[in-house]
Amino acid sequence: MTAPLQDRRARAGAGRLEVLLAAKEIVITCGSGGVGKTTTAAAAAAMAAHRQGGRVLVLTVDPAKRLATALGLEGFGNEATRVPDSAFRRRGGAQPRGELWAAMLDTKQSWDQLVRRHAPDARTAEQILTNKLYANISGRFVQSHEYIAMERLYELHQSGRYDLIVVDTPPTRNALDFLEAPSRMADFFSSRFLKLLAAPSRNRLVSAASRPFYSVADRVLGSQFLSDIGEFFTLFERMGPGFVQRARAVERVLHDRRTTFLVVTTLEAAPVHEAEYFVTSLDRMGFHLGALVLNKALPPWLLAEAPARLADSLRESAGDTATRLAPALEAESAQVQRVLCEVADAFLNYQLVAQREAEQKAELSAHAEVLVTVPAFDQDIHDLAGLLRLGEALFADG
Amino acid sequence: MAATTPLLDRRLLFVSGKGGVGRSTVAAALALFAAEEGKRVLVCEVDAKGNLADFYETGPLRFAERQVSPGLWAMAMDTEASLKQYLSLQLKLPLVTRIGPIARMFEFVAVAGPGVKEIVTIGKFCWEVKERHYDLVVVDASPTGHIVGQLASPQAIKELVQVGLVRTQTQWMLDILGDPAKTGLVVVTTPEEMPVAETIELSHRVRDETNVDLAAVVVNRVLPELFGRGEEEVFERLAEDPDALSAAVGGDAAPLLDAAGLAVRLRRTRTGHLEHLRKGIDPGIPLLYVPYLFLKHHGLRATRIVAEALGQELTT
Repeated sequence: MTAPLQDRRARAGAGRLEVLLAAKEIVITCGSGGVGKTTTAAAAAAMAAHRQGGRVLVLTVDPAKRLATALGLEGFGNEATRVPDSAFRRRGGAQPRGELWAAMLDTKQSWDQLVRRHAPDARTAEQILTNKLYANISGRFVQSHEYIAMERLYELHQSGRYDLIVVDTPPTRNALDFLEAPSRMADFFSSRFLKLLAAPSRNRLVSAASRPFYSVADRVLGSQFLSDIGEFFTLFERMGPGFVQRARAVERVLHDRRTTFLVVTTLEAAPVHEAEYFVTSLDRMGFHLGALVLNKALPPWLLAEAPARLADSLRESAGDTATRLAPALEAESAQVQRVLCEVADAFLNYQLVAQREAEQKAELSAHAEVLVTVPAFDQDIHDLAGLLRLGEALFADG
Repeated sequence: MAATTPLLDRRLLFVSGKGGVGRSTVAAALALFAAEEGKRVLVCEVDAKGNLADFYETGPLRFAERQVSPGLWAMAMDTEASLKQYLSLQLKLPLVTRIGPIARMFEFVAVAGPGVKEIVTIGKFCWEVKERHYDLVVVDASPTGHIVGQLASPQAIKELVQVGLVRTQTQWMLDILGDPAKTGLVVVTTPEEMPVAETIELSHRVRDETNVDLAAVVVNRVLPELFGRGEEEVFERLAEDPDALSAAVGGDAAPLLDAAGLAVRLRRTRTGHLEHLRKGIDPGIPLLYVPYLFLKHHGLRATRIVAEALGQELTT
């Protein structure tokens, strides 16, 4: 195990998220699609490296192109690469206290590595890797992404190279698939059906109990396909013991007290609904919820009542007000009137959205001890400076 | 460019899009609009924990379709129920009900046999089209990450399975899916960085990896243009001196000007993404715009407004 570069610690007066990150080794961000999970993970990692020191890795799944560029991830596969300190110093930033590393998840490559590790010999590994079902399993089979993400996280953590790993979870059909994936993978390998499917290519001795299974499977899938499956799983089963052990180890790390979860959401109805489901499920499954991050929130000043009253009266008196202001603005009063109405409408429209958000926030506050609100930035983040700006907002609140 | 079949004259529409862009709203609104135009419509959500029902303000949806408004039926996909229906209707397997652990077996085969879950989902929709139970089937489909695998599943199965009933079943599905007069994919996006990037990528993958026609891209939540020609300069001069406006209206007008400034900047960023979208996808694919809704709640009323907006886009 490599010794940390320096002790990671939160500064005096640090926000709760900063304190949390200083005490953990693995942070997993989750939430529904489009809420800014990837960017949040990257910003938290950048801030931790910047302020707390140590070697920090952000493991990301599908970053936006500009974010990937910002992290220097273009053209890199599974290997972690270091984000140069110069990226921090640009635009007047300071020298970071620690190191920021970034890696992208390559599902296919990770599966190949896994097979090579667990296959009893090189020949079996080759047979699996060239089997046409394997290409489907590793590429298309949806839950394989969830499992491999957690597997890769485990591997990186075990390497001892990093003091903190922030991982961004893949978008999933079922929000918690990736948490259940290791145990499901273990179940899969101990399943009776795997033995059934693997059976035909070993021997055709089929018990009376499993005959209906074959009669349906044969008619639906065809015996050739069934024997293809059988051959594949016979090979795959040879990796079984190592695989099950590994999946159980991955599961333990996720439950470890050094691991915590950040649930990210925007303040819209559907993602909030999903965030509530996440939070309750994490709790039920015994995972540690570090914080609930409310991303892209509108500024609180939009909720004030006085400007709303003023906007209403401006709408009514727009004609008169325009006549009075027009000379100084060197514009026609009809034009000024239209502008004034738009200004009043803009406030009232965005106040409505801000109110909608406040209601969602109130509902969520019952679910988590640490609630961190991050403002909407009106520009997209495309460099480290942008990530650190977001990171500062993350660390400041709560 | 060859004349393409108008969107609602097709028989099967898959609505996809990145998470959080309002895919279900658009699917619900498209179906509602088609029904109000006099068609017999089935709308189905594929995601088990979807909230399609909320957009019609109706109770939870099940596999068995239920009428939710005149001409409109709604259902939720359940792959196990679909497999049972498939086995009994298509393969004439009377034994199905007597095979006890079919659920467990199915679960396992679905995990083991790639594409099995996808094909029973796609198969159900194709079957509804084939049997002509409805004029139009609208699918609130999987997000962009999974839709290609789903649409390509009959082809994948055909390649993997050499013989057997499943193979013979795939051809008629492929005929329906590959016919642009019958089937179309509608991709929903918002004028934001990631949704636009995913939409462009998806449009290429759909072309290269499936035989399904990309029928339209719906751009949802388009922010209104606040100021016309010359008005922006007037606004800027107004914003330079908030005190003048405050004095004229008798109160602190700064928040009003700030809100308008925020609206202008948000709109500007999004316009850039829209341009990127226009450049990134095939110019023959129609773009349909739906405005951002400044509403308190997103129920049936919002669905109707979106349906009207889509209707206008489709008829002009």
